[in-house]
Amino acid sequence: MLRFLPGTLVLLVTLTLTWVLNTKQGDVPPVARLLSPYRGFWQNGEAPTDFPEQQTLHLPGLQQPVRVRFDNRRVPHIFAQNDHDLYYAQGYLTARDRLWQMEFMTRVAAGRISEVVGPRALEYDRFQRRMGLPYGAENSLRAMLKNDTTRLVLESYSAGVNAYISSLSPREYPFEYKLLDYAPEPWQPLKCALLLKLMAWDLSGRSDDLRLSNILSKYGPKVTQDLFPDYPFREDPIVPVGTPLDFKPLPVPATPPSFTAALSDKVPQREPDAELGSNNFAVAGSRSASGLPLLANDPHLQLNLPSIWYQVQLHAPGQNVYGVTIPGAPAVIIGFNEQVAWGVTNVGGDVLDWYQLKFRDNTKREYWHDGRWKPVRRVVERIVVRGLPDRLDTVLYTHHGPVVYDHDEKPFNPQTPTQHAMRWTAHEGADEVLAFVKLNHARNYQDYDRALRTYASPAQNFIFASNQNDIAIRPNGRYPLKWPEQGKFILDGTDARADWQGWIPMTQTPRVQNPARGFVSSANQHSAGPDYPYYIGWDYAPWDRGHRINQQLAKMRRATADTLRELQNDNLGINAQTMLPWMLDNTLGNRLAIIKNPAALLSPAEKDALAVLGRWDYHYTTDAVAATIFELWYQELMKRLWEDDFGKAATGLEMRYPSRDRTNRLLLEQAATSPWIDDRRTPLRENGNNLLTTSLQFAVDSLTRKFGPLGPKWGWANQKSTDINHLAQLPGFGHQDIVCAGSPGTVNATGPRNGPSWRMVVALGPQVKAYGIFPGGQSGNPASRYYDDMLESWRVGKLDELVFLRAADENHPRLQAAWRLEK
Amino acid sequence: MKKTAFLLLLIFLGSVLLQLVLPWWSVVPLCLALAAWRGPTGGQAFLAGLLGVGLSWWLPAAWLNTHGANLLAARVATLLPLAGQPWLLVLLSGVLAGLAGGLAALSGALLRRAAEPRNALPAA
Repeated sequence: MLRFLPGTLVLLVTLTLTWVLNTKQGDVPPVARLLSPYRGFWQNGEAPTDFPEQQTLHLPGLQQPVRVRFDNRRVPHIFAQNDHDLYYAQGYLTARDRLWQMEFMTRVAAGRISEVVGPRALEYDRFQRRMGLPYGAENSLRAMLKNDTTRLVLESYSAGVNAYISSLSPREYPFEYKLLDYAPEPWQPLKCALLLKLMAWDLSGRSDDLRLSNILSKYGPKVTQDLFPDYPFREDPIVPVGTPLDFKPLPVPATPPSFTAALSDKVPQREPDAELGSNNFAVAGSRSASGLPLLANDPHLQLNLPSIWYQVQLHAPGQNVYGVTIPGAPAVIIGFNEQVAWGVTNVGGDVLDWYQLKFRDNTKREYWHDGRWKPVRRVVERIVVRGLPDRLDTVLYTHHGPVVYDHDEKPFNPQTPTQHAMRWTAHEGADEVLAFVKLNHARNYQDYDRALRTYASPAQNFIFASNQNDIAIRPNGRYPLKWPEQGKFILDGTDARADWQGWIPMTQTPRVQNPARGFVSSANQHSAGPDYPYYIGWDYAPWDRGHRINQQLAKMRRATADTLRELQNDNLGINAQTMLPWMLDNTLGNRLAIIKNPAALLSPAEKDALAVLGRWDYHYTTDAVAATIFELWYQELMKRLWEDDFGKAATGLEMRYPSRDRTNRLLLEQAATSPWIDDRRTPLRENGNNLLTTSLQFAVDSLTRKFGPLGPKWGWANQKSTDINHLAQLPGFGHQDIVCAGSPGTVNATGPRNGPSWRMVVALGPQVKAYGIFPGGQSGNPASRYYDDMLESWRVGKLDELVFLRAADENHPRLQAAWRLEK
Repeated sequence: MKKTAFLLLLIFLGSVLLQLVLPWWSVVPLCLALAAWRGPTGGQAFLAGLLGVGLSWWLPAAWLNTHGANLLAARVATLLPLAGQPWLLVLLSGVLAGLAGGLAALSGALLRRAAEPRNALPAA
């Protein structure tokens, strides 16, 4: 039998090789299945013939024929004869372009990534579930399905997505399914709710309660109040100070006796992402060339491919709306129709609080609240892990919400304190979809007013303009009715008085309509001035963008859409303008310090850097060398100022630095006397000049090491290095080192990874005209040239005119295809 | 030589037809069976399997690379990484499948020879 040995051996090798090439090995995809020209990625190519100019698609579930026109950016313009067909077609066409993205994002929200990639996502999945994202989504879904309109919208959209999914054979699955080796699953309305919760997490899931409690414990109430005030020194609030109230405020709950939370140092620090923010602004007819309002919006989010947004026009009896949608959620989120336009920016209100718990014993089955032991609800999460048995995870719930971490274990997200229950508005059920559907239909200010009443989370500054010459803005959402500073620190979970006591009525959220100044705007700053009767939060985005926008708007006369576009691309740094003159004066001016300490003499390179800075006009243009030096210098200055007092290494505690506003005030007004200037870790007594000089030396040294001697290589775009990555971080599927102007603190808030994810300008009128762009494209297929065809226009700050049709058979030079969808 | 070419052609045509309806690994039993049936030497079998199956991938991959898949192939070639060269990816695709086909054909040929009644076989 020995003669069979060679053949058998070769056969074994063959079968092994076949198995290896056919199977996903860890993170390595099933190579042969991926590379097969019959079923693999080669089949995902997009030839011109794959997108016919005319075709009829037969889709089960449609009630009447639907017509779809596509323009040269591949934006679908959907003309349906009823609402069911409209949202069905929206679901179908969105899935056609973005199926993998929309499904993947719902898995991210639901904590179901381990099912796809295996155990390395397990901690991530646990975290999502312990934060209660799926719990919040289910609560919202219940609220949404109770409303007949929302139910119809969600169910029709889901049916449309499913019509597309069921039309696919594995050969036609989007590329990423082949790479990661899994298959799409049926869509459900729950997934739409999950996507909204993911947005809520991105935009309202940050909290500094633990850090502030530690600061309060270490430095006491006086220092805390001084360095972490509830209202900034320089501010330009969204609702201007002095705006009259059109309501009688409710009494707010009494402040209970002060509570000192236990110090907690179990968690390492991760700063909240200060770059996530947005701008919106509208000018009244009194300031526009047309005599009718103009409105602009640019939400700043992490920039990814496929793009976060998907453009669509939705036309059905009773509505004709255009704008951007979130793939996976029905209706237009930011957009316009023939009468009105609206947009959103994030509200930095404090809608997430932590309660320190007292359990009866280590079994954690009961907790003390309101004078008695109450039962802890236990929810078992089943996490499916690819290649391993399912993991079960028990999450404890008190009446506040989930106990995100119930053991002293290493948490996935460092800002989450241990042994605390979380209360968060995103856990409440609310019908946000209905708010958007109503906005899509809105014809006037009253419709806008009514639409916002069901919108809860994440709270947004809804800006509005109509062709009846109304402009308005509302930091709108469901805010807990709090005593001043409630939830700025960790709350006492045993005291019923520390619970949220109700809500600010939806008719009493901050608001302003047609202000005398002739414009409204927001850039994530404080919702209202100190004259607003309720406490919403204390920690908002720095005033820089908002202030610059208001300065520019106040100068506008006879504005056009292009004037607003220019403002969206404004690169002036207010912080540099505020601080750099002082920094230069005090670095050069303090001769005495240099005489005392000759080592502090500046090198030629540092003197050159100062000369460059002295000539700077504070604009963050792509080639601005001064912007690069200033940013690093200022950042290092902040660090040297606060690290010894609030840094973890120096103090052993999780704390945070005071805000930029408070820091600037200290430097500009109190530098000579403030005890915080001194570095406690050295025997010397440092002054402001020492900090400035050493920070400058650090900045110049590190830039010289990075780029060589001072020169054009130090240009701002080079230092900032904006990247747009594929959602799954796939090399080759994104764009790196994009040369674009702006910085997180300028109106054009383009940072290393975040930036304007959609820029829109709408000119209202008898015939509305609108312009828009996002850094990517309509298609989610990396084989398509529509994957990133808008990127270049975005990079240089241009906008496309948006094709807005009044009828399905209207002619427009940019229309390229006409499809028919029918049963 | 002729025998090899004929086997190659059979494998190529069979591979194309099978893969239109079955997973790519259907070429493995195909090569094994065809080589066992035709009874070539080991070297001939391997060559016919490598090129027959290889061509069944090279040709469509090359065609698709010039008809819509080029952009994606360049991205995949960056991911793998193959220096972002789509044609390198075309080459590699066919080589991988060809290797499986060649080895399958080789094992078919060797097993056929082992099963044959005569002991004395000419060397490959």
